[in-house]
Amino acid sequence: MANPIKLIKNGIINENPTFVQVIGMCPTLAVTSSAINGIGMGLAATAVLVFSNIFVSLLRKIIPDTVRIPCFIVVIATFVTIIEFVLKAYVPTLYKSLGLFIPLIVVNCLILARAEAFASKNGPVAAAFDGIGMGLGFTIALGILGLVREFIGAGTLFDITVLPEAFPRTLLFVMAPGAFFTLACLMAILNHFRNKA
Amino acid sequence: MNLILLVLAGIFVNNYVLSQFLGICPFLGVSKKVDTAAGMGMAVIFVMSLAAAVAWLVYNFILVPLNIIYLYNIAFILVIASLVQFVEMFLKKAAPALYQALGVFLPLITTNCAVLGVAVLNMQKGYNFIESVLNALGGAAGFALAIVLFAGIRERIADNDTPKAFEGFPMALITAGLMSIAFLGFSGLIKL
Repeated sequence: MANPIKLIKNGIINENPTFVQVIGMCPTLAVTSSAINGIGMGLAATAVLVFSNIFVSLLRKIIPDTVRIPCFIVVIATFVTIIEFVLKAYVPTLYKSLGLFIPLIVVNCLILARAEAFASKNGPVAAAFDGIGMGLGFTIALGILGLVREFIGAGTLFDITVLPEAFPRTLLFVMAPGAFFTLACLMAILNHFRNKA
Repeated sequence: MNLILLVLAGIFVNNYVLSQFLGICPFLGVSKKVDTAAGMGMAVIFVMSLAAAVAWLVYNFILVPLNIIYLYNIAFILVIASLVQFVEMFLKKAAPALYQALGVFLPLITTNCAVLGVAVLNMQKGYNFIESVLNALGGAAGFALAIVLFAGIRERIADNDTPKAFEGFPMALITAGLMSIAFLGFSGLIKL
């Protein structure tokens, strides 16, 4: 069995879903208008990812190869529905602001990709750690994106005003175009360091 | 009149890709050439309208009467996945020319979140059958418009000098951001 710390580090750094693999882009861009939304989305996706990875891994010897993708989707959709209920019951404000993108976790390519590439080939414990690593990598990326956009666009960090009132806000950054620009700049910064190394 | 506005709003004002962030993966993934982008756009228009119609029927004639609305997500994704498979088989037999043009894009559409998104949105907004299909049609046409324009721009800038760090994805994202600003100009044009 692979080393759990290595699996988690792999998800956060070496194969970061957002910055390295560039998958799961829709929620990444859509819900990161504030740090709290970004982290909330990341944690919801992490929960789905961990549970679906564990179950896909447990069922990997039972599911026939030819119908594996529909089976994975049903497993994922089940956990998404459960998470949706949990969020609706305990954090209704977050549930409202994430809105449509909670049911859409089903089609987040990150989750299906991990089911196909990792969970269906490894044991449940390794699959769980892989899910935690990838999920945290996703959450951290969304959190950073949300922090930058919130700071530039609204002058707040985690809903607490940090920029003085007189300082002009660049509203564009909490709107749709800002998501594209912020992600582009973050990726370019990472590329710059990678090219140097 | 309202129905025409619904379609126009889907194409310009609430553009799925550029203002709602649905279907970003194919938007970034299959937009290196105008031809393939157009093929993807056509396939999405076709599947999305069909999927919205079938999802509406499933919701109103199966989920609501049986009182299992909470299973909508599982039901919709299964409907879409099997529909895509079915369309693929049908086109292969009945219209080989069309299959040649759209075939490779069809499997990709299952994971296009715009297709599931439009089904869920139609349900949340309580649209009737015709409104649902037209909403999907407008949204898909907006996707096709955005991806074709985007591919055209990417073809032009492919050979340009860009800063080393911005090569590839970052440049594509900047381009999409600029297009998104352009589409912001349409906001407020139609109020629904």
